[in-house]
Amino acid sequence: MFDLVSGALRASLVTFALCGFAYPLAVTALGQWLMPFQANGSLVVDARGTVLGSELIGQQWNDPQWFHGRPSATTDADPNDATRTIPAPYNAASSGASNLGPTSKELEDRLLGAWKALDDAEPEATKNMLPADMLTASASGLDPDISPASAFLQVNRVAKARGVTPDGVSALVKRRITPRTFGVFGEPRVNVLQLNLALDREFPMR
Amino acid sequence: MTLTGWAEIALTLALVGLFAWPLGQHIAAVFSSRRTLLTPMVGPLERGLYRLSGVESDEEQDWFSYTLSMIIFTAGCFLALYAIQRLQGVLPFNPGGQDAVPPDLAFNTAISFITNANWQAYAGETTMSHFTQMVGLTTNNFLDTAVAMALAIGLTRAFVRQDCATIGNFWIDLTRSILYVLLPLSILVALLFVFLGVPQTLRGSIEATTLEGARQTIALGPVASQEAIKLLGTNGGGFFNANSAHPYENPSALSNVLESWSQLVLPVAMVFAFGRMVGERRQGYSLLAVMTVILLASVLTLYHAEAIGNPLLTDIGVDPVGGNLEGKDLRFGQAGAAMFAVATTGTGTGAANATFDSMTPVGGLVALLNLLMGCIAPGGAGTGLYSMLVLAILAVFIGGLMVGRTPEYLGKKIEAREMKFVMLSVLLGPALVLVFSAVSVSLKVAVDSLGNAGPHGFSEIVYAYASTAADNGSSFGGLAANTPWFNATTGVVMLLGRLAGVIPIMALAGSLAAKKKLGRSEGTFPTDGTLFVFLLLGVALIVTLLQFFPVIALGPMAEHFLMGSGRTF
Repeated sequence: MFDLVSGALRASLVTFALCGFAYPLAVTALGQWLMPFQANGSLVVDARGTVLGSELIGQQWNDPQWFHGRPSATTDADPNDATRTIPAPYNAASSGASNLGPTSKELEDRLLGAWKALDDAEPEATKNMLPADMLTASASGLDPDISPASAFLQVNRVAKARGVTPDGVSALVKRRITPRTFGVFGEPRVNVLQLNLALDREFPMR
Repeated sequence: MTLTGWAEIALTLALVGLFAWPLGQHIAAVFSSRRTLLTPMVGPLERGLYRLSGVESDEEQDWFSYTLSMIIFTAGCFLALYAIQRLQGVLPFNPGGQDAVPPDLAFNTAISFITNANWQAYAGETTMSHFTQMVGLTTNNFLDTAVAMALAIGLTRAFVRQDCATIGNFWIDLTRSILYVLLPLSILVALLFVFLGVPQTLRGSIEATTLEGARQTIALGPVASQEAIKLLGTNGGGFFNANSAHPYENPSALSNVLESWSQLVLPVAMVFAFGRMVGERRQGYSLLAVMTVILLASVLTLYHAEAIGNPLLTDIGVDPVGGNLEGKDLRFGQAGAAMFAVATTGTGTGAANATFDSMTPVGGLVALLNLLMGCIAPGGAGTGLYSMLVLAILAVFIGGLMVGRTPEYLGKKIEAREMKFVMLSVLLGPALVLVFSAVSVSLKVAVDSLGNAGPHGFSEIVYAYASTAADNGSSFGGLAANTPWFNATTGVVMLLGRLAGVIPIMALAGSLAAKKKLGRSEGTFPTDGTLFVFLLLGVALIVTLLQFFPVIALGPMAEHFLMGSGRTF
């Protein structure tokens, strides 16, 4: 019996060393050596070396001169009371979703509120049906993309804020649409951070 | 539903079939002690491990010693993982400065990861240190999958051998699963994930300054290595809270295809390996046919339900053309999300690239049904094969009752003793789900955890126990499961679901291995034809699902009809 247990123990320790140390550390070494950009998080860095974010991680945009991303349901600990949380959109240290079901009154109220707010700010935008991604929250809370329809709906507001005609901004959006991979996988989408970076280059704020 | 969506699903499944077949041949060779491509490289390491642990490479065990070894090993893994979590405050590789995991959560997580469930009542990036994720969780992802594969191979050998008291050597099967199958595959897939954008670093996080001047702390870690085995081993425990919806676990549409593929390839390969090992490939094909029918029906239903969107939201001006997008990330599309959801509940992985709690009632129902069936389409790596074999024996028994012949499967007579083990195994899951759900919905302490009201809330609780009883691990995330009640009950359910499910199956293996193999005769009921496929499909659906009809009616079906009439809760 003792032999069985001690043998199992020795073999288990080796397995832990193999699967828990050797394997992840080897993958880390190879990944960092061969593919450092991806291995370190696909970070977007400006000319001065400041990290502006990640290509893959969404961010919260508030001002009218930028394209906005989807709503995000991520939260953060309440600074006044550690047992509660407060809304903190695009918190990349705590991913999450709303988890509201389709018959949830809270969900319906939230979307209705968002629709009304948009209607007040830009009445022409709500003449037709709104793209679903504009009002719904993603599963991760960190979705870096919006649908092309969402982007086009924001062109007028962005162009007005930057003092340019909408046509140029529209053309920019069109250029930045990521199509389906190999024409089959996924859906067409626009990466908000990269769109805003290109926007700032081509149509800088005066 | 779109043409490109269907093309994506078809291509993913085609890729699974393409790779699973040669992988299955490789697995059959590994466990039959034949030479393989990897033997020159891995052989010396394997022999070294045996010398170290004192295992003789031709030593075999009977079903009791095999099972006892498995239990002792699993208990050891539990203790190690519990200790790592409680000590993580003082262990290295803790850039986030995480404190010790609280006892009830550590208990629940340890049970969860040794049973292959990977039910996570915690958020990875805010609770676990890199050491715990790497050495604790990732390692157990390898080990519990290897255990499941060993058990499935033990049962397979019971059909291959006759008049035999032994079914193999647990330590050898465990070692071979890891060295010849799981580690090589994981290394390849992990590197592919890094290429596609999944981070792999020992850093804790990075500070970014947005163009608007706000600060964003971005959590990082050795994600790719964990992601690979999480999926290949049909485990499901993600690095981050958002699991495979997080852009760092699943960055693109292409990585999503790799994720669905990774979950399906090993379970399907095990079925091919089974056919090869018993010497009748068609037997494997008929099991696979049943799994495929269930899988395709699931994808069709779930994709459709999510693609038509939420009628309540359509009424307030949300365009249904993109489908139900609450709790979904854009880059996957509805087809990619549907394929993943079905792959993850069909295989028992239990990961998520979209939140199940936000899916339409019918969408969530499909996921729930797969769990209630015990995750058999195609099931987990190892668990799917042995679960399906148990149902096959049940089907043969029922068929035998109908035509008045002694039931036999693959030449082995199925008698009263075997049927007792089969019934124990088949009844356990449903008993756990129904009893624990009933008790929970009557207790305020459980109902307080609900994230949604009305029938959807009921579904949250049923789903939790269905998931843990089947050792799946996915959840309706609105349920606040990190409470003493749920940590304790789901822990018990996971443990019973796995262990109490597996012991009768191993006893069954022992019983079958000792029998003679009967030759085929005029009166033999063929288990490799269309008739058997229909019989097995019928048995799988009726025996596993009918008893849940009341529960389904009160939860998802009630919600679906109420949603249609405009009700919210």
